[in-house]
Amino acid sequence: MSALVVDIADLDFAWPGEPPLLGIPRFQLDAGERLFLRGASGSGKSTLLGLIAGVLEAQSGKIDVLGHDMMQLAGGGRDKVRADHLGVIFQLFNLVPYLSVVQNVILPCRFSRRRQSEVNAAGGADREARRLLAQLGLDDPSLLSRNVTDLSVGQQQRVAAARALIGNPSLIIADEPTSALDADSRDRFISLLSNEVQKTGAALLFVSHDGGLAKLFDRALDLSEINQSGRLAGAA
Amino acid sequence: MGVSIFGLAWRSLMNRKVSALLTVIAIALSVALFLGVEKARNAAKSGFDNTISGTDLIVGAPSGQINLLLYSVFRLGNATAEISWQAYEELDARSDVDWTVPISLGDSHRGYRVLGTTDAYFEHYRYGQKQPLAFSAGDPFNDLFDAVIGADVADKLGYEIGTPLVLTHGLGAGGLNDHDNRPFRVVGVLRPTGTPVDQTIHISLEGITAIHVGWESGARNPLANAITEEMIRGFDLTPKTVTAVFVGLQNRASVLRTRRDINTIMSEPLMAIIPGQALAELWQVMGTAERVLLAVSAFVIAVGLVSILTSILTSLNERRREMSILRATGARPGHIFALLILEAAVLGFVGAIVGAVMIQIIFTIAAPVLSSQYGIALIGTGPSLVDLYTIVAVTFAALFLGIWPAITALRRSLADGLTVKV
Repeated sequence: MSALVVDIADLDFAWPGEPPLLGIPRFQLDAGERLFLRGASGSGKSTLLGLIAGVLEAQSGKIDVLGHDMMQLAGGGRDKVRADHLGVIFQLFNLVPYLSVVQNVILPCRFSRRRQSEVNAAGGADREARRLLAQLGLDDPSLLSRNVTDLSVGQQQRVAAARALIGNPSLIIADEPTSALDADSRDRFISLLSNEVQKTGAALLFVSHDGGLAKLFDRALDLSEINQSGRLAGAA
Repeated sequence: MGVSIFGLAWRSLMNRKVSALLTVIAIALSVALFLGVEKARNAAKSGFDNTISGTDLIVGAPSGQINLLLYSVFRLGNATAEISWQAYEELDARSDVDWTVPISLGDSHRGYRVLGTTDAYFEHYRYGQKQPLAFSAGDPFNDLFDAVIGADVADKLGYEIGTPLVLTHGLGAGGLNDHDNRPFRVVGVLRPTGTPVDQTIHISLEGITAIHVGWESGARNPLANAITEEMIRGFDLTPKTVTAVFVGLQNRASVLRTRRDINTIMSEPLMAIIPGQALAELWQVMGTAERVLLAVSAFVIAVGLVSILTSILTSLNERRREMSILRATGARPGHIFALLILEAAVLGFVGAIVGAVMIQIIFTIAAPVLSSQYGIALIGTGPSLVDLYTIVAVTFAALFLGIWPAITALRRSLADGLTVKV
């Protein structure tokens, strides 16, 4: 496996019928690195994450994720990379409303044999889910039996983090996961997530418009620094 | 515990209980209607086929084969002509004929038809799977003014052994045309058969002749009342005509030849029909209506199935987020596709099962009522292969229809990427 978790070169992307959104000559993320990527809303952050996660396709360039050439892989191949090696946390509404807390956490194991065998080795999906939830401060049994839609946003985000982390993925992608949290919960969430990521050795790509969070990460980048299309669009 | 795609589909439906429930009800009602029509159709057909059995030929005056069947077996309509007693005797004397049951129709009692016949009727008449007539009380008629009544007649009119009854000339209401000078007496009550026998009052052929003494012109002769019972008992009461004759043959294999003989070489023109053949022809006439009904109820199922589409398609907008979560956690397009067609299939399957159970319950409740109130025996309405086929067909049709919302959801989730632009 390459030491780079994400290796992007000469990437171009435009939504159909719109001007180019992303033009990234170079972007790299090391294994185990915790990177903060700042960007204004509408700057293409989420699109970049979609490209890395393999749910969107770039028009040209190179996107390697964990040594897999996402530009060459077909949809099914990209889906497998994502299912096996990526954990994703959204800004809001991360949870499937009709599943329990624990069922939400172990959802990725359903779609990835690799993650299933990882959690089996760790003592079973259920146990691993409860362990991760406990690590993230969700160990109250009454909380776990509650409907996920009845949890606070902060609790929902931590359930989402546990889900992203289950089965030892190599890369956690977080798209504005703290923007709906107050300052206290935000810092607590980031430190809990950081700790867990460090323990498992996964890389973390954390995207936010809030530059003040940058100090909590190994490295910080501004999307406008690496995105030439964005700069052009911004200038125009 | 992990959740399979089927588990996801099930939980997703449970999460939209009201919409799912309404859809299931729509499917259940349409399936119940369809199976109800199908079962009622079968019950009608078997009840119909079971009306008469064991009789090889029915002989009457020449008319149409359905007409003869209707008046002789179903007591519907009237004979256009009668056959003479000589012709009956000629028929009875044939070497290939084993037994004959002459019947004479034309009178009624409070809306129930009166059938004049001989003891041979109780011996040879068969219905259903060659079941003979059985008495729940009393015996066959013995005396001139004895009557044996069907189960419905006894039930509806509350008659029992010994009840006197006055017959009416023709089929109208009682009154002026009553044979009130010749009252009859119930001596036997038949067990229910689920056939027109239940609605029939049986008397002897001589009884028929006796009540018509003085009615030769078709209406009451003013002198009729002057003729006493004793005088009548002294008359020769051999009937001049009968309406039809049920015939049993020595050898069933000769039925076609015997029928041809009766139709051609008798001293007076007669018509012989084979009951099974005539029943089949009559059923064909009625069958058209019944097939139309079945087709209509099949369309109702189609409407029910469309409600599945509506329910799932309208849910898709609010579920875009759910789809992108599933995609982000590693669900492949196939999983999304499977989730949605499974939801449709589950709705169809559950609806069809509920519908099949519903119609079974309805028939179970209705059967005793129908049989006691209307003498309609529901035969073959129990669970059958048709129910199974219908459930399977509805489930697969739903699954197939689910492809539409599945493709819609798939397209959207591919275009949305990880984040839904709401």
